[in-house]
Amino acid sequence: MTDTPPATSPLLAARGLGFTRNDEPVFGPLDLCVDAGEALLVQGDNGTGKTTLLRVLAGLLRADQGEVEIDGVTAGAMQRARAIAYLGHLPALKADLGAMENLQFLCGLHGRRPRQLPGNALAIVGLAGHEDTLARQLSAGQKKRLSLARLWLSPAPLWLLDEPYANLDLEGIELVNRMVGAHLRAGGAALVTTHGAYAAPPVRTRLLTLGATA
Amino acid sequence: MNAPTLASSARALLVRDLRLLWRRRGDAFQPALFALLVVVLFALSLGGEAESLSRVAAAVLWLSVLLAGLLSLDTLFRGDADDGSLEQWILAPVPLAWLVAVRVFSHWLATALPLIIATPLLGELLYLPSGQLPVLMASLLLGTPLLSLLGAVVAALTVGMRRSGILVALLALPLYVPVLVFGAGSVAASAQGLDAVGALLLLGAGLVVALVLAPLTAAAAIRIALS
Repeated sequence: MTDTPPATSPLLAARGLGFTRNDEPVFGPLDLCVDAGEALLVQGDNGTGKTTLLRVLAGLLRADQGEVEIDGVTAGAMQRARAIAYLGHLPALKADLGAMENLQFLCGLHGRRPRQLPGNALAIVGLAGHEDTLARQLSAGQKKRLSLARLWLSPAPLWLLDEPYANLDLEGIELVNRMVGAHLRAGGAALVTTHGAYAAPPVRTRLLTLGATA
Repeated sequence: MNAPTLASSARALLVRDLRLLWRRRGDAFQPALFALLVVVLFALSLGGEAESLSRVAAAVLWLSVLLAGLLSLDTLFRGDADDGSLEQWILAPVPLAWLVAVRVFSHWLATALPLIIATPLLGELLYLPSGQLPVLMASLLLGTPLLSLLGAVVAALTVGMRRSGILVALLALPLYVPVLVFGAGSVAASAQGLDAVGALLLLGAGLVVALVLAPLTAAAAIRIALS
């Protein structure tokens, strides 16, 4: 899907990326590239390797072939960790900690954007007033919103969002789109997996379809 | 604060673990209660005779501490693996081995330290000769962190499995045996009037080696378990 490389190096690029599990290719080899200010929608049916692709790009899985470049240089684990914020299926929230305490820990782990405070992020995702609510008492959608707040605070320019719309109500879907839009306007980029049932964020998007044709 | 440093990430993790410990403070006493159980049952089965008890007191205390540590080993990474926290640790811009080391330290604080503090009391139950207490405390202070670090490698290896209770014990026990031999041995040596420093120094040397190698090994095992 990549055309001629642009003059400036893309925020994220992958060449010939492929992953096999038990000698069965899960996806690829595929090429992709995402510029700053762009979103890449990764579409495909269940089991076509959307989650695996994101985990490979994040560095949770090791690719069997191909390489990942960030800002035009082949990226090791540490560069990727600085550049990438990953929202997976597991929320990474401790059930016995409050929303604010969870957020504070995750900020301590991943860093925080200057001039962004956890309290503001909670308000943005609609969890104002739930600062002290234990994560175990939050609904699945509210947990997702809390994860989105973590993402919002992260200094990483590249968001990898695995099914960000799952469990969210209409307003939540709108919230994801707004957040992705704001992040892209600020010079970030995002990879979003979806099976296509939801509205895409209203931004410059590329499309990558995994499955039989990929 | 933009990017996290080693110190700031360690502080965040410690604060989180201490908060979790406070939320579930009942759990914190479990290892100490288990050790108390072992000690009491041992005293009962030996008939409560002061003379026969005081001869084995140090060995029994060491064994109860070791078994209590073994019991709490599975909680080291299990919760963080189940809720996805370990994924975020891997993706954090600080080395995973560093986070593992901090986690082992906080786990040691939560499970081993209460036991060490309770040891003088448990020693009274077993008529531990008061002359042996300083050596016993020193060997426990050197030995329990070593047990935690060795246990962390085993816990990391089994973190990908759903149920790993007995497997953890089977894998950890051979690694624990030398620590037990030197730990209990140092007290036995001092009881016979011999010099206990040699065994304590060996424990210390083992601790230094494990401090460097165990977090790296455990981090590699976690990466494999989660992929």
